[in-house]
Amino acid sequence: MNAHVDKDAASAGATRRELVVGTALVSGALLVGCSPGDLLAIGSKTEVGAFGPFIRIAADGAVTVFNKHIEFGQGTHAGLAAIVAEELDADWSRVSVEQAPANAKLYANTLMGVQGTGGSTAIPNSWMQLRKAGAAARAMFTGAAAAAWKVPEAEITVKDGVVSHAASGKSAGFGELLTAAAAITPPAEPKLKAHEAFTLIGTDRVRRKDSRAKSTGQARYTQDVKMEGLLTAVVAHAPRFGAKVKGFDDAEARKVAGVVDVIQIPTGVAVVAKSTWAALQGRKALKVTWDESKAESLGSAEIEAKYAEWAAGKGALPEKLKWETFETRGDAAAAGEGEVFEATYDFPFLAHATMEPMNCVAQVGGKGGTKLTVASQSPTLDQLNTARIVGALPGSIQIENLFAGGSFGRRANFQSDFVAECVHIAKKVGKGTPVKLVWTREDDMAAGYFRPLTHHRVKVRLDKDGFPAAWTHRVVTQSLMKGSPMAPKGIDSSTVEGAMGSPYLKATPAVDGQVLMPELGVPVLWWRSVGATHTAFVMEHTIDQLARKAGKDPVAYRLALFEKAGASRHAAVLKLAAEKAGWDKPAPAGVTRGVAVHESFGSVVAQVAEVRIVDGVPKVGRVVSAIDCGTAISPNQIAAQVEGGTCFGLSATLHDEMIVKAGAVERTNFDSYPVLRNSEAPTVETHILPSTNAPSGVGEPGTPVIGPAVANAVLAATGKATFRLPMIRA
Amino acid sequence: MATSLEINGRTVQVEADADTPLLWVLRDEVGLTGPKYGCGVGQCGACTVLADGAPVRSCSLPVSALAGVKITTIEGLGGNHPVQEAWVKLDVPQCGYCQSGQVMSAVALLAGNANPSDADIDAAMDGNICRCGAYQRIRAAIREAAAQSRA
Repeated sequence: MNAHVDKDAASAGATRRELVVGTALVSGALLVGCSPGDLLAIGSKTEVGAFGPFIRIAADGAVTVFNKHIEFGQGTHAGLAAIVAEELDADWSRVSVEQAPANAKLYANTLMGVQGTGGSTAIPNSWMQLRKAGAAARAMFTGAAAAAWKVPEAEITVKDGVVSHAASGKSAGFGELLTAAAAITPPAEPKLKAHEAFTLIGTDRVRRKDSRAKSTGQARYTQDVKMEGLLTAVVAHAPRFGAKVKGFDDAEARKVAGVVDVIQIPTGVAVVAKSTWAALQGRKALKVTWDESKAESLGSAEIEAKYAEWAAGKGALPEKLKWETFETRGDAAAAGEGEVFEATYDFPFLAHATMEPMNCVAQVGGKGGTKLTVASQSPTLDQLNTARIVGALPGSIQIENLFAGGSFGRRANFQSDFVAECVHIAKKVGKGTPVKLVWTREDDMAAGYFRPLTHHRVKVRLDKDGFPAAWTHRVVTQSLMKGSPMAPKGIDSSTVEGAMGSPYLKATPAVDGQVLMPELGVPVLWWRSVGATHTAFVMEHTIDQLARKAGKDPVAYRLALFEKAGASRHAAVLKLAAEKAGWDKPAPAGVTRGVAVHESFGSVVAQVAEVRIVDGVPKVGRVVSAIDCGTAISPNQIAAQVEGGTCFGLSATLHDEMIVKAGAVERTNFDSYPVLRNSEAPTVETHILPSTNAPSGVGEPGTPVIGPAVANAVLAATGKATFRLPMIRA
Repeated sequence: MATSLEINGRTVQVEADADTPLLWVLRDEVGLTGPKYGCGVGQCGACTVLADGAPVRSCSLPVSALAGVKITTIEGLGGNHPVQEAWVKLDVPQCGYCQSGQVMSAVALLAGNANPSDADIDAAMDGNICRCGAYQRIRAAIREAAAQSRA
């Protein structure tokens, strides 16, 4: 969700503390002097065993690792467990993973201060924490064995869950030593392995733990929750952003067999029934009238036109709206002799369109307190927003976290929108009755929280050698964080990350980068790789056009700029991708190549895309990728994320486009909102740069690079640049 | 209305209106949650089951049309079908939500074509969306399952 916490963790933490205390006041309790963890932990029933909150070891020696993060495809079930298993020297085949409950005190993201997954931080923030947890548990076993066998602890080794002492020939499994080990006080600073001692991390043995469950229909998603007395709810939502219920007639809806109640909630009118189909039929029979007086009136076309005008310096800005500087150096407006390049780029609203539409199960008013059974990307936010509705302390809200059928940012929502909607319904139903809120695909697509529609305007003057001498950059896009508890004091860097801090800007003597963040009634949210979804395209496609102007090879041109900027990691991945792709050799007949490099979430990815133009449309074949993500935990899953991220980015490059008209969402299912399908998916090769640095993000950095790589290939093939995505408009 | 369905080799009596889509009967009445709801209009393939061996979108198929038809859901494959073994071997799933449908489409493809070409795979699998973009591994796993089945 948020890529910026690592840069300014302290101030972000302070903001969240204010949020927590504010919420406590709302819910009627004033607690002074509590940390967010303390406040959130109040009421928590989480039990911590002898080996700490992340590790449980059974009598038979089997190891369970508790995953504090959500598993929504990115492979935390593999990577996090492997970190523990490595330092514990566990038998990887006997390690399983369970989702940790909501508990910010035990399970906070160490880069966020609250429990949540986002910004490709699951592995990076857990790296030292889980290494220490594994090493401490290992030390408890070696300590127990040393005492039992009366041998020096330093002589004891552990391998695959077996503790041994070579000289005496003694050995025992974790299970046999369990009771004695549990009684040992774990060292506060356990000794960690040196990288060269890793036997699991970085090997192809680190594979997913959930593939079988997910290949046999046995993995449990929110959609699949069954409970005694479970009711299903669907909601009639407003037809336009900002519209409210004026009135409704539920007479016909209540006649539908299986419908048990019709309830007005802040976001619409809920039909509660004994089955999904009954609820859907009930909603069909429901008549709702809407107050649209405060509804958004603009559509994509008007917004785009307005943004373009503002970026061009035409038309007055609305009151209070002003340009904010994200990067400035020298006098970018000064006249010079070199060639000038000017371009504008337009990007539409994008839906996350997860395969599992948003849903939630909530129980309110029962003896056990409030409980959510849901795929929660940010348990802490979901606890806070739920607590606010039911009037309880956040830490008392229990969450059983499930597999998520995708998120791509959608589930990390400051308002916990779909969770809150379900809690409102469950509160009215009461008595602890489990209520499952089901959104149809149409509900999901029409709910908004899109990647913002974005406009870029770029003007670059080249020097005599053809390199940028002056770079003027304007970005117009909605802020993702304005008005949220995480709102930054300065600019919202999520709107410009990737342009801001770009090595190309660093290599340019004069820079004037500014962003304008208008407010709209269309709710927006992070979308896999966030700002980079548009900035990477603009920077990398612009660079290729500049290289053509300068008459230079795109790879050589980039390497020269990376040299000027001191961007050695960029240079390294670019060289690796170019070498593996055979950049210096001619492409196969009918194929053109495009290259792009981008850093996001601490990792740098370079890709060379091989493209054929078929019926005027790019068909992407082979994509050669190189990634520097620091220490590679699971090469197999890093490859999976680069493959999947590439498809996600390619989908947005070719197809994805959400159209809003007069404040209403026009495209609400896959027939009108086409996405990438199998026959269009490239074959991605992933090469991982060897590194002993701490691990950096993997879930998102694979997404933003393919778009410009494909556009650059199309440019090479046709001489035509791409100034608007998607390339194929439905 | 009481309807008799043949699901995974068993005859099951369900209470459902004639126009109720098979998907909701399977999930809410029969308790088989392997087939997933993704779009409700036959566009995404997450709900794919086999009807007399042919892949169908259960979200758009009314139960009234299924008298005498043998329905197979992912649960009916038994858990170690060669396609499922290939899926596990290559770590195909990411979020996994679409995979029940992907597996069923792949099973139907291989049942009728032991050695599918790339074009055959594209044609058979284009009705199944995977937003995680596991397409490359889906294709590889189909080839792997085909090779294992021929071996």
